[in-house]
Amino acid sequence: MTKVAVLKGGHSLERQVSLKSGARVQDALERLGHEVVSVDVAGDLVQRLEADRPDIAFVSLHGRDGEDGTVQELLEVMGIAYTGSGVSACIRAADKVLAKHAMLDAALPTPDFFAFNETAFRELGAAQALPAIEQRLQFPIVVKPASQGSALGIKFARTPADVPGALVAAFSYDRKVLLERHVPGRDLAVSIIEQDGVPETLPIVEAVPEQEDFYDFEARYEIGATKFLCPAELDDAVATRAAEIALDVYKLMGCSGFARVDLMLEQETDHLLVLEVNPIPGLTETSLLPQAADAAGLTFDGVIERILAAADQR
Amino acid sequence: MSSGSGARRSGPVGRRPRSTSRDIERYGSLFAQRTQVMKSSAMRDLMALTERDDVISLAGGMPDTSTFPPDSYASLMKTVAAESCARALQYGPTEGMALVKRCILDVMQAEGMHVDQEELLVTTGGQQVIDLVCKTLLDPGDVVVCEAPTYPGAVPTFSAYQAEVVQVTMDRDGMRVDELESTLEELESSGRRPKFIYTVPNFHNPAGVTLSLERRRELVRIAGERELLVLEDNPYGLLRYEGDPLPTLRSLDDEFVIYASTFSKILSPGVRLGWAAAPAPVLAKMNIGKQACDLCSSSISQYFVGAYFDAGPWDRYVRSLIELYRRRRDVMLDALAEHFPREAEWTHPEGGLFIWATLPPYIDTTDLLARALQEHVAFVPGRAAFVDGRGGSSMRLNFSGVEEDRIREGVRRIGEVVREQVALYGTLTGASPPERVTPPRRGVGDAGEGRRETAAGGSSEAELAKVLRLPRKRAG
Repeated sequence: MTKVAVLKGGHSLERQVSLKSGARVQDALERLGHEVVSVDVAGDLVQRLEADRPDIAFVSLHGRDGEDGTVQELLEVMGIAYTGSGVSACIRAADKVLAKHAMLDAALPTPDFFAFNETAFRELGAAQALPAIEQRLQFPIVVKPASQGSALGIKFARTPADVPGALVAAFSYDRKVLLERHVPGRDLAVSIIEQDGVPETLPIVEAVPEQEDFYDFEARYEIGATKFLCPAELDDAVATRAAEIALDVYKLMGCSGFARVDLMLEQETDHLLVLEVNPIPGLTETSLLPQAADAAGLTFDGVIERILAAADQR
Repeated sequence: MSSGSGARRSGPVGRRPRSTSRDIERYGSLFAQRTQVMKSSAMRDLMALTERDDVISLAGGMPDTSTFPPDSYASLMKTVAAESCARALQYGPTEGMALVKRCILDVMQAEGMHVDQEELLVTTGGQQVIDLVCKTLLDPGDVVVCEAPTYPGAVPTFSAYQAEVVQVTMDRDGMRVDELESTLEELESSGRRPKFIYTVPNFHNPAGVTLSLERRRELVRIAGERELLVLEDNPYGLLRYEGDPLPTLRSLDDEFVIYASTFSKILSPGVRLGWAAAPAPVLAKMNIGKQACDLCSSSISQYFVGAYFDAGPWDRYVRSLIELYRRRRDVMLDALAEHFPREAEWTHPEGGLFIWATLPPYIDTTDLLARALQEHVAFVPGRAAFVDGRGGSSMRLNFSGVEEDRIREGVRRIGEVVREQVALYGTLTGASPPERVTPPRRGVGDAGEGRRETAAGGSSEAELAKVLRLPRKRAG
């Protein structure tokens, strides 16, 4: 029996999702016969961990602190083993700008983009460069905060007049934002989980909006508003290619244990483009990785067992 | 084995059902159309964060129950236990107990209304009145007319009954009845007749404005002529901090007005007791609806309220609340004048619990809330009060449930992030950054304060003037 501390909650905007994921993880760990300590991550995290001294920490956090390497760094310092990606992979993957630059350098496909800090606008007159950016990316342009994991703060700018408001909104979440070319097409998610140290892809999930409103990001992940198809109906060649790209991105980031890579299949060109990597994808009832595992015949307990095993092997 | 602060589900571990994606798919296909509503999960997640201990939350809608003396509570409960224990623990009549109806008559009399006990239905909070009225009157696709913005808590109820919601603009005198009339004309010309008009005439939630006397008369005239019902939701009427009370719609017309109120704001929301006074046939149907909901409202609560009214003048506590909330309102108005940039506007409520502030249209208050939460302060983004995503640059601020120092600090922090966004927008568009507004002198009528206090619609009044029509939701 292993003593597992499930780290969940925290102060990020994705706290609720994290609490839901964490609760499911706890249930699974108990069923698997482990001793479970539940930790709602707050100011007393170090104290709690020192008092509980778990054999391993199951990191079920999303967003700021949990997914960006902060908690992982603390766990390293304390010498506590933990699930999922390490510090450097989290830092790279949680920051969309770093991740996209790494992909570009490695010749992996990702939509064109430009990224700026607030200071670029405040102090360097980056606003003057907006027309050139708009010309390069073409409307509509997607404006997003660099590190926000949920749909919050993502805006579509359809005209130049929309851009400043979209930037102000995105800067509400992060000091760094990106303007990205909008890719019309199909929305795919490739989940990856390790088996004996080897990352394997799970069947691809496609998110199909029930209403033809591509622009409503917030509706996308509501039950009812979006239908999730798994496995997605794709040509074998496309599915294989998506899996290959996802694995390449996973390795490029240096992820471990599990992760999810979100891609677009561009309607006109059939090109696959990577939007982002989630180093700690959600594990709620409606999350995509558990759905993909289920389609592959892997139970939720099986998923948790594998994630734990991968952490042991690291 | 588990320990710690985790949110644990109850029930034996071995029997806990496991969820798979197939289950989700299966449940998904079972959900009724009407459950596919409104607020996104992202918005819900955001609002959940406003309840953190380290956040100054101006997002609540709560009275300050810490002002109620614990000794009084204990002695009232003791009285209930000594005199009515078995009955308090028993079911009661669906329409409510006579002992609590007597209290309601007192409260209604204080607002200039004289009704009989038979005209009353005791409900589980004022919220249940909205639900029962919808249940009684609405078929899927029926039209409900309400104010823009409207009480955010009414929106899920309207949605659950698949109402088509039509919102009518407000200004500083409340709902614009001229626009109401033209809206009704338009609806009529397309063969649709609304079942009822929902209004919060006093100290509107969230807009903070009050329907003028002239418009009250107009509204009941229109309802009478067209034989439409008006649901008059009056939870705050007795919490007036300035000006003279206005007659309720119910006191101007008892044929077409369903009157709703509650003990929540004058005693305690925890007792969950409200009431409706309605025309007899409507009341009878609502009674049947209530029976299906909960058989009766809490007997314990009804005995508690009865004991409270027996124990002394009930309005003494209300007067103490008025003093407290008036100070808090004034503190908030002063803080807004001091800390909000000149581009912002807000209402000056004569009573109630809320101020409605409107920022420049390029600021999205949902995103602003995320930024404000980083500064540990929260408010309700305006979108919650509209059915179509309007209200994006407005916010509702509550002053009743927050201490004065925290109101000042909370408004200061919000003001700071608003200024930051105004400045950033200025930089992005080449407009000059805003000058700092000179803090106003204190006192009502001060130019610095009055200049930016405004009607509910604020700068987006033109936008709000458009009457909203939602596409009819699929019915069943």
